[in-house]
Amino acid sequence: MSAPGGGRILLTAFVALVLTVLPLPPWLDVLRPVFLVLAVLYWSVNAPRTGDIALGFFAGLALDVFQGPVLGQHALALALVTYIAVREHQRIRSKPAFQQALIVFAALAVYEFVLFAIDGWSGHPVTSPLRWVHTVTGALLWPPVAAILAYGSRGRA
Amino acid sequence: MAAFGTPAGRPWQGRGGSAGFRFTLYAAVAVVVMYLDQRQHYLEQLRYVLQAAAYPIQLAVNSPPAAWRWISESFEGRGRLQAENARLRAAQRDLELRSMRYEALARENGELRGLRAALPPVADRWLAAEIVSVQLSSLRHRLLINRGAVNGVFKAQAVLDDRGLIGQTAHVGPWSAEVILITDPEHAVPVRIERTGLRTIAVGAGDATSLGLPYLPSNADIKSGDLLVTSGLGGVFPEGYPVARVTEVHRDAVQPLAQVRAEPLAHVDTDSEVMLVWFRADRPTPPPTGKPLGELKSGIPSLQPQAVPPRPQSAAPGPPAAPQPARARPPAAVPRKQPAESQATEPQGTEPAAAPRAAEPKAAAPQPAPPEPTTSEPPKQEPPTPQPDAPPAKEQQ
Repeated sequence: MSAPGGGRILLTAFVALVLTVLPLPPWLDVLRPVFLVLAVLYWSVNAPRTGDIALGFFAGLALDVFQGPVLGQHALALALVTYIAVREHQRIRSKPAFQQALIVFAALAVYEFVLFAIDGWSGHPVTSPLRWVHTVTGALLWPPVAAILAYGSRGRA
Repeated sequence: MAAFGTPAGRPWQGRGGSAGFRFTLYAAVAVVVMYLDQRQHYLEQLRYVLQAAAYPIQLAVNSPPAAWRWISESFEGRGRLQAENARLRAAQRDLELRSMRYEALARENGELRGLRAALPPVADRWLAAEIVSVQLSSLRHRLLINRGAVNGVFKAQAVLDDRGLIGQTAHVGPWSAEVILITDPEHAVPVRIERTGLRTIAVGAGDATSLGLPYLPSNADIKSGDLLVTSGLGGVFPEGYPVARVTEVHRDAVQPLAQVRAEPLAHVDTDSEVMLVWFRADRPTPPPTGKPLGELKSGIPSLQPQAVPPRPQSAAPGPPAAPQPARARPPAAVPRKQPAESQATEPQGTEPAAAPRAAEPKAAAPQPAPPEPTTSEPPKQEPPTPQPDAPPAKEQQ
């Protein structure tokens, strides 16, 4: 029973991971939202039992392998964000898309702040304001991303 | 939306208490992992496995650019190829001439300084690697290359391109390795100003075209255009490889330190191939990393490191040929000269014998004393030492 849902979530998470690590020119790279975080957020809100904190943790671990200076950094940040999303999923789910985007913005800011703090703690301080850009683009892209994921899950379910 | 998730999640739900509890659990795991990873080598094994798992994805993700490059290369016009061929031939001739001159200079330098270490080629073996992916953001300057532990790559190995130093390996997986570039803000390379011999440290600035030299006093003798070469201190990089050229020196009367910028010679942002270098460990060695340095393991022979090509016309094989008659030295004046010289010429004598077909790594692998982390001894020479009882000359230590 759990296979189709879990499989679809893993598939979308994998696609999002590929989109996240796909090489892009630097200016586009700054703008690129962390698609994996968006996907994990979507599943935490809309399938809070399947897309669980475990999903956030392991997705974060995958990000760590690809781009983390310290193993566990993204895992912790994403686990935290997933936890918040799972806890508040009913409230978030009932909001219109615009308010959802605002909430996503806040979640991404929390995510980035955790990364920022750990960067500083582990001796890789990066204070460039460019690192916050993706929180904005992520929030802007939330409605289309959510629509695509919703379409996919409805279409095949 | 998404009512489908409800039945699917049952087994997960029952698994481990409330969301808060599970979050605490995962957060604790993440913190422990971070702590262990920060203390280096505790998680090397885990990293190794994870990097191996991630490699196919990285390859796949980077295949579109690679395919595009392949296509555009295979449709290149005949005229362009001919032009390129001609250019390469000219470049090769030029390099051959230069390397001959280098040989002569190196020998003369060794004679003048009476140092054993000046003579053996610094680079022992090299291996070309392709760049699989590039990360150039202001925070991280990393490359992923398609050579790993099965090719003998080890952690903290020097990586060069044809113009100069690029960086060193930071994480090594079985088939891939991550290279931290000299321009990464976390990277620092010990350098020497070639003109004056002044040693300092060049720190990455998070920008592919500049390095900073933050530790030079404002009265230091340095000017725009000075060449920076590796100083060999720290033991990670072989000595004397070009690193960067000084582009900007800013002296401020109220600042105790000069602000100096240099431009890396290696084109870190446009290269598609890099060179991994093994060099002799008869100089300061890197701090032990807990892992043995690169030993050859299994793998396809053509992917294994090759020996540095033999010198073109190294003086006839055998020790006696090398002492130049022109500079006869009174043996009494420099009593240690004899052992020093015999050692110095010894590698020359053995190398042509070992190297000509040494491109076959199976044969070459055991021959050039593989870099060892802890020895600071001269290269081993059991068989044909002229004076077996002469103590190894240790002018350096």
